[in-house]
Amino acid sequence: MRKYWQVFKIALADRFVYRTDFFIGTFLRFTPIVTTIALWGAVYRSADREQIGDLRYGEMVSYYLIVMVSRAFGSMPGLASTLAGDIREGNLRKFIIQPLNYVIYHLHLRMAHKLVYFVMAAIPYALVFWWCREFLPGWPPRELWPICIASLMLSFVLGFLVNMAIGLLSFWFLEVTSFLFMFMVSQYFLSGHQFPLTLLPEWLERVVKFLPFAYETFYPVMLLLGKMDINEGLHVIGGQCAWIAVLAVVVTIGWRRGLRRYAAFGG
Amino acid sequence: MSVIEINNLRKTYRVHIKQEGLLASLKGFVRRKYRTVRAVDGISAKIEEGEIVGFLGPNGAGKTTTLKMLSGLIFPTSGEATVLGYVPWQRDNAYRRQFALVMGQKNQLWWDLPAADSFRLLKEIYNIPDAQYHHTLEELTTLLGITELMSQPVRELSLGERMKLELVAALLHSPKVLFLDEPTIGLDVVSQSNIRACLREYNRDKNITILLTSHYMQDIEALCKRVVVINHGRLIFDGKLNEIVERFSEHKIIKFRFREGDMPDDLTPFGEVLELAGPAVTLRVERSQVAELTGHVLANHAIDDIAIEEIPIEEVIGEVFNASEPEP
Repeated sequence: MRKYWQVFKIALADRFVYRTDFFIGTFLRFTPIVTTIALWGAVYRSADREQIGDLRYGEMVSYYLIVMVSRAFGSMPGLASTLAGDIREGNLRKFIIQPLNYVIYHLHLRMAHKLVYFVMAAIPYALVFWWCREFLPGWPPRELWPICIASLMLSFVLGFLVNMAIGLLSFWFLEVTSFLFMFMVSQYFLSGHQFPLTLLPEWLERVVKFLPFAYETFYPVMLLLGKMDINEGLHVIGGQCAWIAVLAVVVTIGWRRGLRRYAAFGG
Repeated sequence: MSVIEINNLRKTYRVHIKQEGLLASLKGFVRRKYRTVRAVDGISAKIEEGEIVGFLGPNGAGKTTTLKMLSGLIFPTSGEATVLGYVPWQRDNAYRRQFALVMGQKNQLWWDLPAADSFRLLKEIYNIPDAQYHHTLEELTTLLGITELMSQPVRELSLGERMKLELVAALLHSPKVLFLDEPTIGLDVVSQSNIRACLREYNRDKNITILLTSHYMQDIEALCKRVVVINHGRLIFDGKLNEIVERFSEHKIIKFRFREGDMPDDLTPFGEVLELAGPAVTLRVERSQVAELTGHVLANHAIDDIAIEEIPIEEVIGEVFNASEPEP
């Protein structure tokens, strides 16, 4: 659709407006990476152990670095709160009046944002990876590459849909800030962003690994770390597709119902 | 068939009553009280192709709610409406391509980018063919005198300039029906008159149907032959603008300038004295008395000048609003 291609282009242009803010923002995102690596170092030293769970320090660092790569695809900062704001402040109006689909529109905005981010973050990422090169396990086997790339792409779509689905709640509850914060924190844990899901108690691990959040981050990271074979990789892709299908239905129905409610109560 | 047909349209909202004070807030947190507000309470009207209709009423009268229903943003509680043969709240794409809504207090242009970028996006959204797009854009920007503003980021523009660009954005896809909610709010006199001139010319050229709300009577007087007045969600007048004055104003203003020394000592029997400046006097006189009074004055006094005027339209409208307030 040409209109969404235009959305993509205009969003790219919009991203480059505030150059200083952009550079600082991109740069700042690397500070937590460095501090987290240092933090894990301190944890290993004070625990005086070679391994935590089944991971050595180097593995923990490499896990964390690859999480960053995966999150670069799957994270959607501010998406749910944007939707909440648009509902509360009546900015949805434009999308009801014009033949333009809000969800697809935002999907294209996010693609543009991601593209700009990858371009801008490529060099600092390369530096951090070079600095930590001794911990990294090396490239995954050649035959896993297509699966790795596919899982990152799907992680983007999955992250988008999860956040959209959460944002839809604001159709029913006017004020969702505290809820969104809670969601953000739990997503941080449940996706494996904070630490590998393998560190969880076994029963919890089994539950969490089934949730869509794990498919956003944890599984793609395991693939990229070379901890899965092709067969397992295909399972991950299948799981991602299944969750995407479920969430696409949820978002479509939720959106329709939400709009109906919006039209009945506010506008 | 009329372009816009509204039949007994109603919209009620349930609003949460919140009393003052912390204790009341806590109570409200546990158990909410609601009140039903009738925003639009049974309005009917027909608007023909090419008409510009002014939609008047005090704040909270239900104007914006009606416009929202007609643009499909909200569902009515009951009643019917069609615009161009479509039921607005069914949100047909075919309908959405044929109307536009401009709200003076909201904007749709990308804030940090030049308007040209937003226009290009609208071109794709509405599938406007190249030739038509360039033609319309040129026509509108010339009409509003804003050709040179196209390549400046919108945030750097003044409110008036932005509003003109918003109007261009709304008209790019050549809608057949245009809803304007206070399009000149907060603008200076020159910008207001620019926008009015543009709307008038555009209406004449394209025969576009326009329904507009405004608190500026100049907007209404300059653009609308017909006005619809509502208050508390009910229709109180639908007809020609000058008929409002005839129907709702029981007085006229008469200005006499008496010849030196020939001014009556007591003017009060003639009517209410509004202004007295030397030999010039301004009176408010009941409509039925106007002919008799002027005859009497002309017969008995030497007059240099005389003028009979209608009460200013703002005042009449004010009276109409007041008269339609429910009894306490």
